[in-house]
Amino acid sequence: MVPINYYIILSAILFTLGVVGVLIRRNALIIFMSVELMLNAANLAMVAFSSVIQSFSGQIFVFFVIAVAAAEVAVGLALIVEIFKTKRSIDVDQMSSLKG
Amino acid sequence: MTLDLILFLILSLIAIATALGMLLSRNAIYSALFLVLNFTTVAVFYLLLGAPFIAMAQITVYAGAIMVLFLFVIMLLGAESLPKAEVLPWQRPLAGILSVALAVEATFLFITRARPLGNIVAPAEAANMTDSLREMSMMLFNQYLLPFEVTSVLLLVAMVGAIVLTRRERRVHQ
Repeated sequence: MVPINYYIILSAILFTLGVVGVLIRRNALIIFMSVELMLNAANLAMVAFSSVIQSFSGQIFVFFVIAVAAAEVAVGLALIVEIFKTKRSIDVDQMSSLKG
Repeated sequence: MTLDLILFLILSLIAIATALGMLLSRNAIYSALFLVLNFTTVAVFYLLLGAPFIAMAQITVYAGAIMVLFLFVIMLLGAESLPKAEVLPWQRPLAGILSVALAVEATFLFITRARPLGNIVAPAEAANMTDSLREMSMMLFNQYLLPFEVTSVLLLVAMVGAIVLTRRERRVHQ
């Protein structure tokens, strides 16, 4: 029997690591991966809660989050490829002008 | 310590270590592979929590499709590592301070506010798993049918968007 608080604390740690990744890395792809890590941490918390209250609503919500994450990755990676074509770099510090 | 707790501790160590490895490795491909391992560990957590369908979806969608897409793009752009050129020198220490503040806030809330929420019930047995899957799909296709259909439209829009964004500009005036 694992107390659910352990799962929530693990989820908080993973979420914080994702935030750190967004803040300290300059590679746009790694920032994107850190966003995925944060989504996963939230999913873990939701599945833990749904397992405690013995309801499937949390799992169904996680299912939708996974679908939305797949759509987000498809569009986001297309944007990164497009930025690379114009800037020849995916360093987020280089993306400082509004005009392409 | 029960077997569940030992398993949980080992898996959470792996999850945190792979997340750190994703953050700290210089090469973006290593980061992606660390993240695949992290997603797989989270899938095992879902199995422990009695959510077999979500665990399998996690492996096929996240560790399979999404990370393969990431690896494709990293190798396509040849963007494994960036040159070391720091434009904003104050950014990294500030980020460190802010993230430590976030972690301290979260733990403070857990210590002061959280009351024990109860235990995770033992992972479902094999016979129980198909039951839970049946129950979940009944709920998905009765109560949540409209959101499910909207998801398919969302995926279609994402597909069209990705194609439109990456296609070559055609000449309009011939």
